Amino acid sequence: MKRKYIEEKVVHLLMIFSVLTVLGFVVSVIYSVFQRGIPSLSWQMVSQLPGGGFYIGKEGGFLNAIVGSVYIVGSATILGLVISIPVVVYLNVYLSASSKFGYIVRLVYDILFGIPSIVYGAFGFTIMIFFGLRASLMGGIIVITLLIIPIMVRSMDEIAKNMPHDILESSYSLGATKIETIGVVMRQIAPAIATAVLLSIGRAIGDAAGVMFTAGFSDSIPTSFTQPTATLPLSVFFQLSAPQIEVQNRAYAAAVVLTIIVLILSLLGRFISNHFSKNKV
Amino acid sequence: MFLLTLASLLLVVIMGVGLYLKSEPILSQHQLSDLLLSSEWKPMKNQFGFFPFLMGTLWVTMLAILIALPISLLMAMYLTEYARSYVRKYVYPLLDILAGLPSVIYGVWGTLVIVPWVSNVVAPHFVTYSSGYTVLAGGIVLSVMILPLLVSLFIEIIGNVPDDFREASLSLGATKWQTTKYIILRKTSPGILAAVVLAISRTLGETIAVLMVCGNLAIVPSSLLNACYPIPALIANNYGEMLSLPLYESALMFAAFILFFVVLIFNLLSRIVLHRLNTSYQ
Repeated sequence: MKRKYIEEKVVHLLMIFSVLTVLGFVVSVIYSVFQRGIPSLSWQMVSQLPGGGFYIGKEGGFLNAIVGSVYIVGSATILGLVISIPVVVYLNVYLSASSKFGYIVRLVYDILFGIPSIVYGAFGFTIMIFFGLRASLMGGIIVITLLIIPIMVRSMDEIAKNMPHDILESSYSLGATKIETIGVVMRQIAPAIATAVLLSIGRAIGDAAGVMFTAGFSDSIPTSFTQPTATLPLSVFFQLSAPQIEVQNRAYAAAVVLTIIVLILSLLGRFISNHFSKNKV
Repeated sequence: MFLLTLASLLLVVIMGVGLYLKSEPILSQHQLSDLLLSSEWKPMKNQFGFFPFLMGTLWVTMLAILIALPISLLMAMYLTEYARSYVRKYVYPLLDILAGLPSVIYGVWGTLVIVPWVSNVVAPHFVTYSSGYTVLAGGIVLSVMILPLLVSLFIEIIGNVPDDFREASLSLGATKWQTTKYIILRKTSPGILAAVVLAISRTLGETIAVLMVCGNLAIVPSSLLNACYPIPALIANNYGEMLSLPLYESALMFAAFILFFVVLIFNLLSRIVLHRLNTSYQ
């Protein structure tokens, strides 16, 4: 056999091996977390607040972290949509495709997307000190909102950019103004909005470094915006560093809950972009 | 709408300026070269040497790229050039899952699987004892975290090479791999470099996962089996006590500023290259 055919075979095998390696990583991550966490997962864990001796292994659950995460992620998602949808509309309806300003804005969003959440956290923290705020629900919401806006803008813009221009033009030719045309655009990018929301929820719920500074941690469910708030990733992280095995078990149980949420979100996201997307990418 | 768009541009500027102003006190008291090249980290004695943390970050990042680059490049080539479409249909969701898992879960996985593996399987061949919380563990965990990013960037870059090139090469009798090696790889090399830079900037900022598996000792690592203490872990670990000393806070904000600055430059360069590449065939 010629050398080039042998090389072909070897490389092909290596490629398949690399795919299998990645598959192995996925299975290993999920299996190890589930295998360690599911035995400690119970109804009590997800439905109760930490009890008196929670951190030395007594009764209680991590409902505080679940509710805290829901508060932060829910509010941040809504705020993020309110800010990012106008930006996407502006980029795609008001600016032409070759606009220099549009290019710069997209570049900046790419950069914002790349900035690590710990930097967002540190930045949020300096701002909060500046205004004399303490670690609170509000701080967490603000930082997570800043964190997910680039994700939302980028993923919606990706679809909106590929929207056929004829749609805009037929709307204009019927006498519609730019404002009225927004309705048409929104219909077009509706699946993208759904994917963007799922993506951001996934990223927001798993983020620990950003909320560590700004939302703090607490054993109770916050009742106002100024109280510190627990989140799931931090609850995993803090409990895992405890010496008692019972407390560590809870960390693994919380990790299972977090993994399940993220798995559902990512499968749902794939499903939506496969089935409802008008412009297949 | 215009104002909202403009505000987002300003956010980058405000972040940069804000973090710089916060790190001003330490910059005015210490030489920049002292801060970056000294290894003495004793905040209580007013000694802030970032060298161990910079080296820790560098080691972990390089290792992660070394592991992730061949795997992701081969995988992207396989998916774009070789695989049938049904294979792609099953592999893409896997990448989604890897990309979506929070870093704290990777940290848990690292402590459950990788750290014991390093401690029990790898380390005994080389040293008498290692806890497993090492550069090696950090590098492996980080490499898995950046795999999905690299693969999806590579797929996009390779997908942009026009089919004419492939057909021309194949019609001359080249095998698929020869085509991939001499045409695709050569055509996409600037893009691959840009993607790697982007992945580096992602690993630089990873916090919780490295915090959980790297061991967090402020030493300059000399082998893969040493513990290390990357910059994000430093920030995250000390934010609680930093308010006790004004300079301490300033030092940590300076660390955040370094991260911000490096990531900003890396992102800017690689995004511009990627954008040029994506539009060059249109």
